[in-house]
Amino acid sequence: MTTKSKLYRKEAYWGYLFIAPPVIGFLVFALFPAVYSIYGSFTDWDGLGQMSFIGLDNFKEIFQDELFHKAMYNTVFMMLAIPVGIVLALLLALGLNRRIPGTTAFRAIYYIPVISSIAAISIMWNLAYNGDFGLVNQFLDLFGIKGPNWLQNVHTVKPAIMIMMVWKGLGYTMLLYLAALQSVPKDYYEAAELDGANAFSRFRHITWPMVKPVTFFVVVTNIIGGSQLFIEINIMTSTGGPEYSSASVVFYVWQKAFGNLQMGYASAMSVILGLFIFIVTLVQFKLDRSSEVNE
Amino acid sequence: MALRRKWANTIIFAILLVGAAFMIAPLLWMFTTSVKDRMDVFALPPVWIPNPMHFEKYKEIWDKGPLLSGIKNSAIVAVTVTVVGTLTSSLAAFAFAKLRFPGKNAVFLLLISSLMIPYPSIMIPQFMMFSKMGWVDTLLPLIIPGLFGNVVMIFFLRQYLASVPNALIEAAKIDGSSYLGIYARIVFPLIQPAVAAQLILWFMTIWNDYLAPIIYLNSPEKQTLQLVIANYNATYAIQTDYPLIMAASVIALLPMLIVFVAFQKQIIESVAISGVKG
Repeated sequence: MTTKSKLYRKEAYWGYLFIAPPVIGFLVFALFPAVYSIYGSFTDWDGLGQMSFIGLDNFKEIFQDELFHKAMYNTVFMMLAIPVGIVLALLLALGLNRRIPGTTAFRAIYYIPVISSIAAISIMWNLAYNGDFGLVNQFLDLFGIKGPNWLQNVHTVKPAIMIMMVWKGLGYTMLLYLAALQSVPKDYYEAAELDGANAFSRFRHITWPMVKPVTFFVVVTNIIGGSQLFIEINIMTSTGGPEYSSASVVFYVWQKAFGNLQMGYASAMSVILGLFIFIVTLVQFKLDRSSEVNE
Repeated sequence: MALRRKWANTIIFAILLVGAAFMIAPLLWMFTTSVKDRMDVFALPPVWIPNPMHFEKYKEIWDKGPLLSGIKNSAIVAVTVTVVGTLTSSLAAFAFAKLRFPGKNAVFLLLISSLMIPYPSIMIPQFMMFSKMGWVDTLLPLIIPGLFGNVVMIFFLRQYLASVPNALIEAAKIDGSSYLGIYARIVFPLIQPAVAAQLILWFMTIWNDYLAPIIYLNSPEKQTLQLVIANYNATYAIQTDYPLIMAASVIALLPMLIVFVAFQKQIIESVAISGVKG
């Protein structure tokens, strides 16, 4: 008995030792800053020593801050690229799931933008969107279309960034869909074909329900990622675009915190962002549960 | 029926080919621009493939800014973090998957919950914390947090370890192996493929990181590669030296491209798993 509990204690000791680093890391570098952000959001923290409690003043100001509204609107607007990317990725995955030569090569090519440095990619697209000699307008010129100066134009700067987002993320989503499609049992389709189901109804009743978990995963991770859009904006429109029309929430937080040293105000905005992501994740869990119950 | 399928496949192949062209064309254009003569960039009609190609820019970029130190800094951060962080992460995954101690699952859930905290929501206090320690404009704020492990990696390795029979570990315990010995001799060799894939993915994330470096690093010679090329972009765009900018960006892209080509199978497989499991 004593030897057993001794062994057990030894096991627990090593267990705690092994998990100690990530737990300490979590407490020091995630939980503590997160709590401190919340605390800071109720102060006029300027990063230089001043930090007095001002209640909800930051949040009141944020709700009247036109630039924040713009940044919020821009961020949500640009997230409309998410459904476009999902549809394209699913179509591509459906194509690649057939017996077609070069599948492996296609998969790799579509995946290259995903692994590419986002800074380098942003620099490249920045030039590609140049109104006079950029790749995009040169291409459109082949069809006799005169393209705008994409990033300098209030109406085209957001679509331009969205096109780039779709281009960059397509391979990743496609890969996830492809993996899901390959796990659908072949006899489902054979049975449906015997029943005389056409291609569309096979898609609707077999494929779509089978890839639903992936769609769900992609939607949630894309919303979380999209709400943190920053690098593209910082490199391609370093001032936040014409009339601040491409600035994202994180871009604005970054400007306020490290440009204006309004740490309290920026913290308040980052808390709102964190809350948003928390809610999205929570909804994911809820929906995930309910879909499991249904099945 | 067979004929129809053949036609459909041909059309789909053509569509996939066009799609692939759209994916790859901007990158090719990036490269051809980097070997253009400076004036050829503006030429009308556009010069698609410059003749002759000018590779001078690939020499020039090294003197025009701290590109070399950028590569060095990025390598220091990525290698240190992934090597040490993989060790801590895999040890923790081993404990979470195979050792028995009270509170294990609660702690694991707590760690997983940290995935919900977006970096922008913690970056301000983190910055103030590191600035108090005098670490601003050093690589330490980019390195130190990663040494404590990576929750995503812990999650996947724990998952992977679930398929390793407990009997294997029990037998080693009876043989009197220490827990570190069990990890080193039994667990690590078994999870090695998963570790390798996760390590590569993590390495890529760190290599391509931008937001944390831009907050902490000010001096040009302290900056990571991604910041260096962003500064090339800002500086040399005014002089319209686009071939130079593109050459520097190609250099920034190349290492991960090589890693991808070399480990394509592992990368694609482990990413595909993440979606199915997620």
